Amino acid sequence: MDIAQLGQYVVNGMMLGIIYAMVAVGFTLFFGVLDVIKFSHGDVLMLGAFTGYAVYLGLGALGIEASWLQLALVVIASVLAMAGVGALIARFVVLPLRGAPAFNTLLITLMTGMVLRECVRLFFPAGSNPKPFPRLLPDTQWAFDGFALRLDSVLLFAAGCAAIAGVHLLINHTRLGLAIRAVAQDSETARVMGIGFESIVLLTFALGSGLAALAGVMNGLYYNEINFGMGLLLAVIGFSAAIVGGLGSIYGAILGGFLFAALQTLGAVALPFGSAYKDVFAFAVVILIIAIKPTGLIAERSSERV
Amino acid sequence: MRIRPAFRRLAGAVLCSLLLGQSAAFARETVKIAFIGPLTGGISAHGIGGRNSAELAVQLRNADPNAKYTYELEAMDDECKPNVGVQVATKAASDKSIVAAIPFYCSAVAIAAVDVFHKFRMPMVVWAAVLPEITYGNDYQEVNRVSSTLINQNKVGSKFLVEQGYKTWVSIHDTTDYGKSMHKYFAENLPANGGKLLAEFGVGSDQQDFTAELTRIKELNPDVIYFGGLTPLAVRVITQMDKLGIKAQFQGTSGIFGDAFIKSLGAEAEGVFTTYDMPPVEQLPGGKFFLDAYAKAGYKEGFEAYGPYAFAATSLLLDVIEQVGPDRKKVIAALRDTHGKDSIVGKIEFDDHGQNITPMTTMYVVQDGKWVAWGESDYASGKRKLKNL
Repeated sequence: MDIAQLGQYVVNGMMLGIIYAMVAVGFTLFFGVLDVIKFSHGDVLMLGAFTGYAVYLGLGALGIEASWLQLALVVIASVLAMAGVGALIARFVVLPLRGAPAFNTLLITLMTGMVLRECVRLFFPAGSNPKPFPRLLPDTQWAFDGFALRLDSVLLFAAGCAAIAGVHLLINHTRLGLAIRAVAQDSETARVMGIGFESIVLLTFALGSGLAALAGVMNGLYYNEINFGMGLLLAVIGFSAAIVGGLGSIYGAILGGFLFAALQTLGAVALPFGSAYKDVFAFAVVILIIAIKPTGLIAERSSERV
Repeated sequence: MRIRPAFRRLAGAVLCSLLLGQSAAFARETVKIAFIGPLTGGISAHGIGGRNSAELAVQLRNADPNAKYTYELEAMDDECKPNVGVQVATKAASDKSIVAAIPFYCSAVAIAAVDVFHKFRMPMVVWAAVLPEITYGNDYQEVNRVSSTLINQNKVGSKFLVEQGYKTWVSIHDTTDYGKSMHKYFAENLPANGGKLLAEFGVGSDQQDFTAELTRIKELNPDVIYFGGLTPLAVRVITQMDKLGIKAQFQGTSGIFGDAFIKSLGAEAEGVFTTYDMPPVEQLPGGKFFLDAYAKAGYKEGFEAYGPYAFAATSLLLDVIEQVGPDRKKVIAALRDTHGKDSIVGKIEFDDHGQNITPMTTMYVVQDGKWVAWGESDYASGKRKLKNL
């Protein structure tokens, strides 16, 4: 394998990694603030991608052709809509079960995800077929002897990094972030200090779900194809990435996301028995890491949750 | 004489029941058959198209005044998952009121569930699944199939492409029984036809990202990428091939044939080559009849690749029930004895394994958003060229 090939694998792995990391950051946010695992996260991502696609179709029908405008509206609409959906899920599905065992929340969000998935399949026109996601980014490509770098991949990667950095800044350097951290640390005391517990929880879920919507649209722009089942595997991978990195820590989620992508790429390329077992390989390594370090690679310090 | 009121009421009831009984004797007996296919999930466009076609066959028969029975089709969903398929097959087979079944689009489901039909002695005619072992893997009298096995298309397809001038191949296939079998017969026949297989990539049947595999393939630089799998995966592979700048010709199999494939890919589908075991519907003996009837029935979904086979399988089954009555044992014997029977897809001829052996493999290429039979395409006449030639 020459250096161009290697570079190509690294670029492919980075793109996978940034999408996994964005999903994992969502899981970590929800767990940090409310100690819940929201398994509908992957399906919210899928719904975000479909919302973006529907908006694109709508804009086409209205005769808006400029692709930068289309892109901006697709992203804004999808992020806002999913932020709303996330807040609704928190308000009507997660919060009412606050006193119940964590297992119940996990189950009910899993079922919510299934409802979202089946709704898209049944009510989106021909929803069971894969849909071609529009190419809204410039398709400039630089080729150096077997190594192809696409401008759209670079832009998507930058957008992903910016989104994660934005969430990080929001949580660590704003008053809202302070309130989120306060609720994460001790919701009772936060309440006594005059922080609206419910509104902070809703905001956090809106934030995480908006991030998922962005990841969904990015996924669509990168693969140019979306389907109603795309959230399922992404949720499992994102969740594993969050766990292996250390649930509750943003750095852990990022690390976990890239680690998983690296393992998958390595499995597909380097293993002698071929690509069929790349997921088996990646998950097996994840199991091994969790067995050795049950807290995840970056263990959560209770004072710095989220 | 005074008749007591209670007795009068009794007499009335008896008279009524006699009259009702009389009218029931005039109505036709209802016979139930089951349809099994993927009605939900990523492949459901095909399952729903098949169900509609089977339903159409039943409706037409019920409208026929000469029919001896009224038929009822019970559609069941196998979700293209083997475990679910075994469940619904057991549900259908253990229900004594259901005489026979028209099951399976997905080969992985079919191969898992054929035993059920044998165990419960329920006659069935497979409408789509193409894995050879479904009919040839066992000696089950109950199991028949109108669609072809995947052997022939893998023989014919690569031979044809070698003749066009291609030399090297890479195979991508899903790791279900279906994908593995596709690859097996492709890889067996390719060297004999004069082609060379550079590498094989087994992939998960719901895999999203193929960039790692495709980067490796780019390095190998084959003339053709062979794909043994179903529509959703093929769509992803082709989209990502394009992104990585891979210029190889794409060779599909019957698993990608249908409108769903072209709708999902748009312009990128142009020039995709595939083999599929049926000539264009309009050219089938009963093609026009089927197209008209399907349009008239007003289904909002298309009948997809195997709809005509589902229609033919159902019609064949109904013919046999008309002939020998709704008795599983008699239907099993009579079905196996199908020779040179006319159907909308041509003559049906079952061999001693219940496999329809009338060869119908046809080469197709996507041209301007439509599957066009090779002989009628601009690619055959030389106006357009396949990739890498």
